[in-house]
Amino acid sequence: MIKEMMEKPSDEAFFWLLFSAGGVVAALLIPIQLFLFGLAFPLGWLPQPGYEHLIALLHSPLVKVYLFVMCSLPLFHWAHRFRFTLYDGLQVKHLNELFFVLCYGGALLGTALAGYLLWTI
Amino acid sequence: MTEQVIGGRIIAETGMTDQAARTDFHPRWYRKRLSTWWWLGEWHYLTFILRELSSIAVAWFVVVTLFQLRALSHGPETYARFSTRMQSPLMIAMNGVAFCFVVFHTITWFDAAPRAMPVRMHGKRVPEYMVAAPNYVLWIAVSAFVSWLLLRTP
Repeated sequence: MIKEMMEKPSDEAFFWLLFSAGGVVAALLIPIQLFLFGLAFPLGWLPQPGYEHLIALLHSPLVKVYLFVMCSLPLFHWAHRFRFTLYDGLQVKHLNELFFVLCYGGALLGTALAGYLLWTI
Repeated sequence: MTEQVIGGRIIAETGMTDQAARTDFHPRWYRKRLSTWWWLGEWHYLTFILRELSSIAVAWFVVVTLFQLRALSHGPETYARFSTRMQSPLMIAMNGVAFCFVVFHTITWFDAAPRAMPVRMHGKRVPEYMVAAPNYVLWIAVSAFVSWLLLRTP
């Protein structure tokens, strides 16, 4: 079944669409988010937003949607690129199906976790 | 001799078969195995691989964000612990490298857009920088808005 999914051109187009949408979202949103939370706040370059401020933001449905999209689509972007990196880089053809399942399984798991966390916050 | 011809015809008609007919001149596939480091030789290949690897930085960022959301949902003490952990030299180094890769992804993504979707106006192809430029404007606008949301004093 997975082998068929990997080979049917229409499905490949579907995965490419997810890859592409994730690429746009990652390109637009991740640099600033990573710069602020990964570098600027921890290194004290900019004043860190307080816990209350972040929770208040997180209670807005728009912010929830924003964060959900920011987590989910880039994971599918990663799954697409990374599985081809594994296919071409490792060149162990008989494991390609496993790579496929691990990459998209990972993306689905991350999406589910993001959905759960944002829903329950 | 005739048997071989028939064997060959069956394969030709049915496409691939699991049992290839034995012939005296069975073809051996010539497959040159590439070294794992084939991409180090040329700049063009190197940027291709770096672009592929940028996806790991993207996934890294999402995983860190999921941990951040989990810490936020557990309360102020857990979030304070998360923030302290983000200050460790290892996390700063990882995030620094990831940031470089993500910016590399953004730039290559925006610059590839005019080639992936050539825009034509009055029958002429719009120059590439004219197609890429709005992406950069949007990028700056989004970044400014996110910064404003996080940095404004409530």
